[in-house]
This record gives sequence, structure tokens and C-alpha cells, in this order.
Amino acid sequence: MFRNQYDNDSSTWSPQGRIFQVEYASEAVKQGSAVVGLRSKEHAVLVAVKRSPNELASYQKKVIRIDDHMGIAMAGLTSDARVLSNYLRTEAMRSKMVYGRALPIGRAVNAIGDKAQSNTQEYGRRPYGVGLLVIGHDDTGPHLYEFNPSGIVSEYYAYSIGSRSQSARTNLERNFDTFEDMSLKELIVQGLRSLRDTLQQGKQLDTLNTSIGFVGKGAKMTILDGQDTQEYLDLLDEGEAMDTE
Amino acid sequence: MDFVGFQQELAHAPATERHTHNRWEPYVDNGGTSLAIAGADYVIVASDARQSNGYNINSRYDPKAFRLSNDAILATAGYAADAKRLVEVLEQNAQMYYHKHDRVMKASAMAQMLSNTLYGRRFFPYYVFPILAGLDNEGKGALYCYDPVGNMERVVYRSFGSASALVQPFLDSVVGFKNQRGVDPTRLLERDQALKIAVDAFTGATERDIHTGDWLDIFIVDRNGVTHEKRELKHD
Repeated sequence: MFRNQYDNDSSTWSPQGRIFQVEYASEAVKQGSAVVGLRSKEHAVLVAVKRSPNELASYQKKVIRIDDHMGIAMAGLTSDARVLSNYLRTEAMRSKMVYGRALPIGRAVNAIGDKAQSNTQEYGRRPYGVGLLVIGHDDTGPHLYEFNPSGIVSEYYAYSIGSRSQSARTNLERNFDTFEDMSLKELIVQGLRSLRDTLQQGKQLDTLNTSIGFVGKGAKMTILDGQDTQEYLDLLDEGEAMDTE
Repeated sequence: MDFVGFQQELAHAPATERHTHNRWEPYVDNGGTSLAIAGADYVIVASDARQSNGYNINSRYDPKAFRLSNDAILATAGYAADAKRLVEVLEQNAQMYYHKHDRVMKASAMAQMLSNTLYGRRFFPYYVFPILAGLDNEGKGALYCYDPVGNMERVVYRSFGSASALVQPFLDSVVGFKNQRGVDPTRLLERDQALKIAVDAFTGATERDIHTGDWLDIFIVDRNGVTHEKRELKHD
């Protein structure tokens, strides 16, 4: 993509039927570090690589809890993700107050999808610069959705977004029919295995840069960071030792 | 009740007949009593569960004390609908706090938040007389009592509700050791003693106050968390 006369605002179509501002917003998502999401019959899991701008800084939080039954992982502009997650949290609470039940995941992602869409059509507004993987568990079981700056929302068995996420997606495509019956532990380790493929040469997943989130039947939305990720990273290395092919 | 007709009649009536005492009233007193006693490392909260409206009983068991977290109980008295909404608002604020700070809100923080929430409705108050019970930052029992617009006071013991005029002086005597000589007025009670006093206060209040009775909810908060028990009171 190069600078052209149709890319100044999101209310302008190009002759080929593209809205460049929205596509540029997706570029911001591709700049963020990778996150992977996958689900089984009972659980949905998110794993993410946290980045730190320099040695002095902390690692950026990638997985956020929305409610006891829902969580998100982000790639892109973290400030936009904060705003969207605050909105989702209030929507989740509103659902309980108004309808007396937890917010169904599909409704949640459509709510932010609509919010994002309006930023692609109103003059003077800019699209959100963040992509999200949303996991949750409601009475139709576990779910994984992708949210885009364009407002397009899709449901997946497994997916990945962010920098070098194609490698993770390839790995997931190869294995996803085995996910259905996996235990929570196996599911997390499988996610980490795919996530590992997105790392640059010489980099590794460790307790500083890995974040795990999961939710499911009988498991409230839980986020693991730091030492809590060690047991899963250990299983990842074990698997590595066994893959002698 | 022909609400619409009633309003129209009043508008067309001559000035001398437009009585204010037939106006629709947004508040109702649902009766009932709550009390709380703080100790060195615990708090006890006791609330009866009868919900009434005038001489009628709406429910024999409608709890007035609510568990907000592992270390905070809110006891209420006044208008049940406002009390329930107030609890919902507090719970939502506590949830948001948990999301943002990744830890449960302390009782002392909740106390200030409750005061602000009540004052936020200064010009259409929650008709609730709350008592927030929890542990302070040092683990000592803490009670915060409020008026409907948020005036907050930290105390060792307090009673609100329809039988508060009967219960409060009793507590002043046996918990506060008021107007007695040769006693240490700062002495805090042991847990079992405080529990006995709380139950006795209610059996006494149930005898003489028609709005108090049916069931008693007792919550005890200490460093291990919250325990709850239910005791029967006279149903008459």
C-alpha cells in the first residue's frame, strides 16, 4: 500500500472498493506481538507474548479479564484495547443488572463490532487500532472470537493475530481437529506451542514474556502471569524433548 | 389504584381541596432492624428478615444484610427497594475495582465509596440506613454507619431500624458500658459474648416491635472470612 488520494479519511472509498484508513488500522494490529486463541469442548484459552520496550520497562499486559466468564487478548494500540475492555466490562455488568444473566459472548463482540464500525463511517473519527481475541463461556459452551478494527467479527475454533501470527495459524490449522477433546492443560500447552512459532530467532517463551488466560465450564476467567506460567512452559519443553523427528 | 384518574382529579380540584397528604410518595418504610458489634479481630452483624409495610407483612424472610466481599458485610434498614439497588451499585463498583486493580476492595475503601455513593444522590436519597462491617487495615473489627446521604462515622457498635430505639440503649449499656463506674469503657467484647448480646437484643426487640421478628441473619467476619447463620425469631 502506498499513499494515495483516497486514504485521507475513513469516509472515502477507493475506486477498487477499499477504505484505506481501515486497512491502515489493521496494520497497527500486525505490529503488535502475537496472541493465540483456541478452544475445546469445555474450555477456551488465550496465550500471548508480552513485549517490553526496553530493559527498564515492564512487560505490556496482553490479556484482560472482562467478567468471570469472559476475557480478551489484544494486539495493537493498547490504549484502544483499554477503552474497549472498559466498555465490555460495563456491558457485562449491565447485562446482569438488566437481564439477570451473564452477557453472552456473541452479543458482547457484536457490541464492540458495532462500536468499531461507526468509527469507520463517521467523518472525523478514526478506526480503533487494536485487534482482539475474545474468549468466553456461556450457556452455549466455550467460544473464541476475533475482533477487527473494521468491526468485522468472526468465530473460530482456533486463531492467532499480531506479529508473525501466520506461523501460529499454520500450526493451528494442522492440529485443530484434535483440540475438541483436549484437557485444559493440553489445550494451554498446544496454544504455547503455536505461539512459540511466532517468536524471532533466538527468543524464547519464559515467565516474563508469557501470559495465559483461560475460561470454561467450572473455571472462572483466570489469567496467569509470571511464576504461574512456569508449569505450562515446563510441559512445553518436555514436549519439545519428545519431538525427536 | 386508578393512578392516572387520581392525578387528573387533583389537578382540576379547587385550591382548597388540593391536599398534599394524598400525594404519591416515592418512599416506603419496610421496617426491620439491624445491628453490628465490632471486636478486636471480628465483627458481628445481625439483621432480622421480616419485610413489612405498615401493619402488613410482605415477607417473613427477605434478608437485609448482604455479603459484599470476603471481608465486608452491609446491613441495611429503611426502604427495601433502595437497599437492594444500593447493594447492586456497590457490588458493581467493587467488581470494577477488582478488574482494574486485580485485588479485592478493602473494607475501608468500600466505606468511603459508600459515603460518596450515598451523597451522589443527595437530592433524591437512597432511603437506607446502612452499616458497613469489616476489618480495618490492621485486622481489627471496623463498623461504619451512615445516614441516608452519606454522613459516615466509625463506631464500635450500632443499631438501625424500626427497633433501634429499643436496641441502641441496650447496646450502649452492655457493649459501651455507658454511664457505669469502675469499668473500662474501651474494653472490646469476646466473640461469644457479643453473639449472645446480639441475639438477646433481637429477642427483646421482637417482643415489643411489631416490625421486627420472623428470622435473624447473623454474619461474623474475621480474618478467615465470613460465616453465616440463620436463627428463628417469633413469628407474631
